[in-house]
Amino acid sequence: MEPTAHVSKTALPGVGTRYDLKTDAGAHLSVVVHQDGRRILAFHDPEDDDACKDAAALAPHEATALSKLLVPDPVAHLHQHIEIDLVTEHIPVTKRSPYAGRLLADTQARTRTGASIVAVLRRTAAFPSPTPDFRFAIGDTLVVVGTREGVDAVAELITGG
Amino acid sequence: MHDTTALLIELGSIILALGLLGRLAGRIGFSPIPLYLLAGLAFGHGGLLPMNASEEFIATGAEIGVILLLLLLGLEYSASELVTNLKTQYPSGIVDFVLNALPGAVAALILGWGPVAAVALAGVTWISSSGVIAKVLGDLGRLGNRETPVILGVLVIEDLAMAVYLPLLTALLAGLSLAGGSLTLLISLGTVSIVLYVALRHGRLISRAVSSDNPEMLLLVVLGLTLFVAGIAQELQVSAAVGAFLVGIALSGEVAEGAHNLLAPLRDLFAAVFFVFFGLSTDPADIPPVLVPALILAVVTALTKVATGWYAARRAGIGPRGRLRAGGTLVARGEFSIVIAGLAVGVEPRIGPLATAYVLILVIIGPLTARWTEPIGRRFLRTAATPPKEPTLPLEPADTASTPT
Repeated sequence: MEPTAHVSKTALPGVGTRYDLKTDAGAHLSVVVHQDGRRILAFHDPEDDDACKDAAALAPHEATALSKLLVPDPVAHLHQHIEIDLVTEHIPVTKRSPYAGRLLADTQARTRTGASIVAVLRRTAAFPSPTPDFRFAIGDTLVVVGTREGVDAVAELITGG
Repeated sequence: MHDTTALLIELGSIILALGLLGRLAGRIGFSPIPLYLLAGLAFGHGGLLPMNASEEFIATGAEIGVILLLLLLGLEYSASELVTNLKTQYPSGIVDFVLNALPGAVAALILGWGPVAAVALAGVTWISSSGVIAKVLGDLGRLGNRETPVILGVLVIEDLAMAVYLPLLTALLAGLSLAGGSLTLLISLGTVSIVLYVALRHGRLISRAVSSDNPEMLLLVVLGLTLFVAGIAQELQVSAAVGAFLVGIALSGEVAEGAHNLLAPLRDLFAAVFFVFFGLSTDPADIPPVLVPALILAVVTALTKVATGWYAARRAGIGPRGRLRAGGTLVARGEFSIVIAGLAVGVEPRIGPLATAYVLILVIIGPLTARWTEPIGRRFLRTAATPPKEPTLPLEPADTASTPT
């Protein structure tokens, strides 16, 4: 079993949420997740644990880049055991899409491509596991999982390419 | 037609001046609020450039400014945040009220302004400026600090307390009898509890009813709803600002975020107009006589805010240095002191110049105390400590006197 690190969470009303992590080596880090999507990475002062010695504000794309560097690659780890090659893609339903306003069943996506539409994201809410009678609207984003070829085929169907 | 031309020219010059002042403030790294107030003073009665044509428009804009300030404040908080904060931090809220509202009330009584003005001035000295403080915390890179949730918690309680205080003040200013005042208070308390309950239980329903994929529709619906509710609240003597605040709390999640982004620029515009309006209605000649009381009040209430922060941070088990930082950060007063003073000007005209001078002092000093209270206080603690023990070493969890939370 791998050891799990303990992260504590504190709400910052009107600002966002703070997550604290104390490493085994004794360093104290905190990450503030701002409501506007920024992340602030702070290192606590060893002399005064209540205060931050350094704080770096990260824009969303910078935070994403940093997280990619920090995450031990779980997919590579999977590859050694199982030959699985799934990709996930977000496919937007645009004005030009032949399926805008039609049902999920009409696409016959799984039968035709082997890839599945596992969720639909709308600006107002997310719909996990949409049923065949789910009606797409312009502006939806479909989350599609499957093989590379399958996902590309779904993208072609939906965008009407 | 001629009136419209004059209106456009006056309004254009005011807003342009505000924009340039705001840029200047940004360059120095200051809150633009004091500059807006000064601009209002310069334009208004007894100022350099009397404005006549645009006065009515600016007065209406100022109303809308207050409503939008509170709406966006409400949008920042979710109902659950408010309730948890109230549960965990209410002793700090009470200490905050006692230490900071009383000096204002006492000052008004000493000046012989009567009990209603005392209640108003108590509010002016009580409420810290969420806007200035949130910005200062970000600028100083302290959002990750342990004392920050404590500071924000005190601000949340103050903002929630406004929902009770403003209706009370409105009732007193309207000269309602005790029975009428209690009825108003009951109505507002009832409304606050109902809104909090609905927002906690059925927040998603409200948000879904308001939500729209089209930003234009969302803007119109939220703005229209807010103005409508604010008007109804005013009609019920509950104060328009509180109505707007409650609308903000009731909206949550995606809708709140979308509405926040859409309305923030509008808020900035109308809030600036509000500060100018407040300056306009204050005659610069009235300020020098109240300068001394304002200065004394500023010094006293700066110290009481430091004490408040110290107490609140100690309850959360934070070391002495963090307590000083929390206290120093809470000093800044700003938009709400002006909102409260703006309501009370009708009853006691002298409260306007006093509040202007007071806020000008504290909005400028606030960011400085946030930065320097800890280093100066530490030196002071060190010299005060007779045994050569370091009183500044933290890592001692809650000290003996603090109550467990």
